[in-house]
Amino acid sequence: MTLLSLRGLAVRYPEAGVTALAGLDLDLARGETLALVGESGSGKSQVALATLGLLPPQARVSGSVRFDGAELTGLPRPTLDRIRGARIGLVFQEPMTALDPLFPVGRQIALPLRAHRSASRRQALDRARELMGLVGIRDAASRLSAYPHELSGGERQRVMIAMALACEPDLLIADEPTTALDVTVQAQILALLADLKRRLGLALLFITHDLRLVRRIAERTAVLHAGRLVEVGPTERLFRDPRAPETRDLVAAEPAGRKGPVPGTAPVVLAARGVTVAYPGPRRGWRPGPPRLAVDGIDLTLRAGQTLGVVGESGSGKSSLGRALLRLEPAAHGLVRFEDRDLTRLDRAALRPLRRGFQPVFQDPMGSLSPRLTAGEIVAEGLRVHEPHLTAASRDARAAEAFREVRLDPAWRHRFPHAFSGGQRQRIAIARALALRPRLVVLDEPTSALDRTVQRDIVALLRELQAAHGLAYVFISHDLAVVRALADTVLVLRHGREVERGPTDRVLESPREAYTRALVAAADLDPGLAQA
Amino acid sequence: MSAGAAFAEASLLARARRRLAGDAVARACAGVLALVALACLLGPFVTGHPYDRLYYDYPGTPPSLALYPAPQAVRPALDRLAFRMRVRAEDVSVTGDAVRLTLAADRPVDPRVLTFFSRSDTVGEARILGRSEDGRRLAVEAPLRRLRFLAGTDALGRDLLTRTLMAGRLSLALGLMATAVALGIGVGYGALAGTLGGRVDAAMMRLVDILYSLPFVFFVIMLVVFFGRSVALIFVAVGAVEWLDMARIVRAEALAIRRRDYVRAAEALGLTTAAILRRHVIPNLLGPVVAFAALMVPRVILLESFLSFLGLGVQEPATSWGVLIADGARSLESAPWMLVVPAAFLVATLLALTLLGERLRDALDPREGA
Amino acid sequence: MTATILRRLAQSVPTLFIVVTLSFFLVRLAPGGPFDLERPLPAAAMENLRRVYGLDQPLLVQYGRYLAALARGDLGPSFSVRDLSVAELFARGLPVSMTLGGLALLLALGLGTALGALSALRRGSWLDHAVTTLGTFALTVPGFVVAPLLQIAFGLTLRWLPVGGWDGGSPRHLVLPVVTLALPQVAVIARLARAGLAEVFERPHWRTLRGLGLPPRILALHALRGAALPVVSYLGPAAAGLLTGSVVVETVFGLPGVGRYFVDGAINRDYTLVLGTVVLIAVFVLVLNLVADLACALIDPRLRDPG
Repeated sequence: MTLLSLRGLAVRYPEAGVTALAGLDLDLARGETLALVGESGSGKSQVALATLGLLPPQARVSGSVRFDGAELTGLPRPTLDRIRGARIGLVFQEPMTALDPLFPVGRQIALPLRAHRSASRRQALDRARELMGLVGIRDAASRLSAYPHELSGGERQRVMIAMALACEPDLLIADEPTTALDVTVQAQILALLADLKRRLGLALLFITHDLRLVRRIAERTAVLHAGRLVEVGPTERLFRDPRAPETRDLVAAEPAGRKGPVPGTAPVVLAARGVTVAYPGPRRGWRPGPPRLAVDGIDLTLRAGQTLGVVGESGSGKSSLGRALLRLEPAAHGLVRFEDRDLTRLDRAALRPLRRGFQPVFQDPMGSLSPRLTAGEIVAEGLRVHEPHLTAASRDARAAEAFREVRLDPAWRHRFPHAFSGGQRQRIAIARALALRPRLVVLDEPTSALDRTVQRDIVALLRELQAAHGLAYVFISHDLAVVRALADTVLVLRHGREVERGPTDRVLESPREAYTRALVAAADLDPGLAQA
Repeated sequence: MSAGAAFAEASLLARARRRLAGDAVARACAGVLALVALACLLGPFVTGHPYDRLYYDYPGTPPSLALYPAPQAVRPALDRLAFRMRVRAEDVSVTGDAVRLTLAADRPVDPRVLTFFSRSDTVGEARILGRSEDGRRLAVEAPLRRLRFLAGTDALGRDLLTRTLMAGRLSLALGLMATAVALGIGVGYGALAGTLGGRVDAAMMRLVDILYSLPFVFFVIMLVVFFGRSVALIFVAVGAVEWLDMARIVRAEALAIRRRDYVRAAEALGLTTAAILRRHVIPNLLGPVVAFAALMVPRVILLESFLSFLGLGVQEPATSWGVLIADGARSLESAPWMLVVPAAFLVATLLALTLLGERLRDALDPREGA
Repeated sequence: MTATILRRLAQSVPTLFIVVTLSFFLVRLAPGGPFDLERPLPAAAMENLRRVYGLDQPLLVQYGRYLAALARGDLGPSFSVRDLSVAELFARGLPVSMTLGGLALLLALGLGTALGALSALRRGSWLDHAVTTLGTFALTVPGFVVAPLLQIAFGLTLRWLPVGGWDGGSPRHLVLPVVTLALPQVAVIARLARAGLAEVFERPHWRTLRGLGLPPRILALHALRGAALPVVSYLGPAAAGLLTGSVVVETVFGLPGVGRYFVDGAINRDYTLVLGTVVLIAVFVLVLNLVADLACALIDPRLRDPG
């Protein structure tokens, strides 16, 4: 029996001239889980917002949304308010910001109960405590009066779910509910959703960009692309036999292939011993507190052509390690040798001429490009320092060459960074690093802010450049699929310490440590694709 | 090196200019400012009145397009003149631009009294047409002085428009110069603190915090009351108040920019600290600084007007808008235009500067309308 | 909480000390003295006066005496207003200034929040534009222009209200000064409230709350609390300014508040009155900032002291 039925649902933003959704037909049965998958800009979140009448006022909605036989579009707000929060629950991404920071979480969970069930404050709080138990928050009685900032990301997401479930809805809409979470937490939240769905007989509309999550949870999957539904069908069939080209793209988007081995005779590019990053601890009264060790005694060796994958969850110290290796981290100690030079004792001035040999690429492609310089100037900037004899024209020619190398149209080098897409900006950042012909590149989550298909192209580019120039990579990522495609060796970090290290295949296929096993299990790597 | 940086800055300013040019309000504000500035600069040469000339015949004249003297005002004015010459004015006839009259007295009229004519506001130098045998009657002709007081006159009979424009010169010049001083000190101080960071930064900002917590306007008032009301002192006082904000903004921005990944990337490329400052920190500081400076000008003008209004501003005969407004507020009932005219100039200038500054701030924001 | 208040109060002592010290020596550096009249006093009388007021002592001794007296809460006698102490002057003027400032503050808070909320709810509408434009006017046109214009309009032309005077604080005499004081504050608070609410509406948690189908009353509570922080932290220093009197308003409307004490005191070289006013204002600023900070911590749990 159909619970939610969308017919010709369209969302337009006339002022911006954007059509976010162009006529969508979709049905969801009672108790069913339907996944809605698409990359950023595909309009998938618009579906959730349009269903509940939460679109911004500039949006123009047409078509029909029927919930349990009743039309929802065009309902006056008081009538709509009797449905949303009561019969349809909603869980958003951003666990940091989706809860009101000013109120205790217990009171927030109690809000829908007070509004829809006219529960007394006492009753509502009692129920809130039960719900917190239901979503697996330990010690619910004391957490009731906690504020959102006092909870972890995973706990906040559990609170969101408790809030959405408070009035025992028929339908739960979850919009990217696990995206901002660490993989192990992600797996827990997914398991929780699947479990709740079974126990409460919920229908679940699960919206995500990550196709891998879908397989674990959804019976049917719908693929959105540029505001249109390109394919819908049983999840299992979709993976086995994707019909629309966009679906095929998504299914194959997990970076494939493995890194070929590097001969043991290749020269050592980077050697580090006992790298430690210690930030001053929070002040205790007048005296500074004990230092916080972000990185704690890491050793590593890297040969030309090799890639070291550094893996860990947020707060594991992997970015601090990357900066320490590049000598960009003032709080770092320990020995770092680059080729035949010991960098440890060099001051900033002495280091400068050597810097062309080791270059960084950062995660946020917008933040790492100065908004005031053109793309060409950004790429050529290092040449001003290291090849000052170059004329402006030959510098420009080198920039154009670097553009071609990262598959960008050289004619675009006169544009400013804001005129490029996320993937293109990351290519500019790579071009800037490559223009100096370095031997080592430290890549800090270079693909994390990008869509899967864009990610795949960047991975291919990185692999190609490595082969062409014999580059050594330190590849920092939380994404095991990308690491598997690129790295010879994997180093697993947790709380700044090494947990496990070894050849990529060995670590990812038969992890020895419990923490690595949890990471690998949560990442849910596709064994079939990896062989391709 | 500098060519690239200059290009980046030029492109930033060019973009801001393009965006402002498409904005009707910004264009109107720029127009008003240009008009006010031009009027203040050239106006005093054109109005035909020295700003400190007292027209004894015309105190408190309301604004009008009319020429003075009015026909019916000629006779009383001549009577007053005659009284001062100790003669009687008889047979007064106004013909076009001149007036003919006979000076009569009981004793012979000394022709030297005619110098009174050239000192009068109503008529000019007199010419003797004829003289009676006994010398007791003197027929003279004198040109009428044709005067216009578009904005009226003040209680002492000074042309208000000329005074307002002269005052505008002072207010505008003070606004620009004090802003420049505050800008120089603030940017230097803030950039130094933000760039050096660490303990130096903490100490420098502690000083700013302490100065901030002082009731600064009161110190300015104290300075001005105690050490005389010179333009230079006002200028120093205003600049001293305003640089604190600038220093805070620049330092916060510099710190924020230094934490950006593109500055890290530049360091990794091997740029020297000076080059990072020149190519990355300063161009990205430019937007907020320019916008803040643009908004500082009206604040400085306002502060000076405030001091002048309290009677602590510039001294006679020099004048500023605040002085004129204070005068106007005192003669509200008898001569409301004395308030309205300078207040209109001040308000128009402040509004135009504020609106333009706010729009400039938005236009310079790289995140907007990219 | 109590510990925080005590710590903050302790921290403000050095600031107060610096303010007093700077003011003390700046005042004394100035040429002239409190007894320089247009017709000079006989030397003996002058000497006598200086001795009575302790001005014949070395400057540092005077400074020490002033600090000691201040620590006891004694602001000393006024030099220019005979037979009255500075404290007595404040006792006369402060009720006037605080009445005006308090009323202006209430008006600004009520009207400003209402206007800000309306324009945030109808962003881009004519109402929003009107509030923004009028706000720019109210912020830009200085009080010493607004006050006489109001006098012309409502006092001289319409003859609805008196142009000035206190008259024991009769409501008719309060209207124009309070409006003059409140206007720019209305504009600031409307701006802050609008920006704060607009920010709340953009935040993801607002979508969550709306998705729960809550009644408007509850939504308003969440929105206003979310937008309150900038308004409250602005109100601290603003209230200090309003409650300690406005030179302009009190001059134009001829009101017997404390707003003129500083300028008059400075002109007359009334050392104790000038210093007393500085202390008064500094104390108001420090205390009201503290109150504002405490209120902010009450509103936002993230600002509370850990532990």
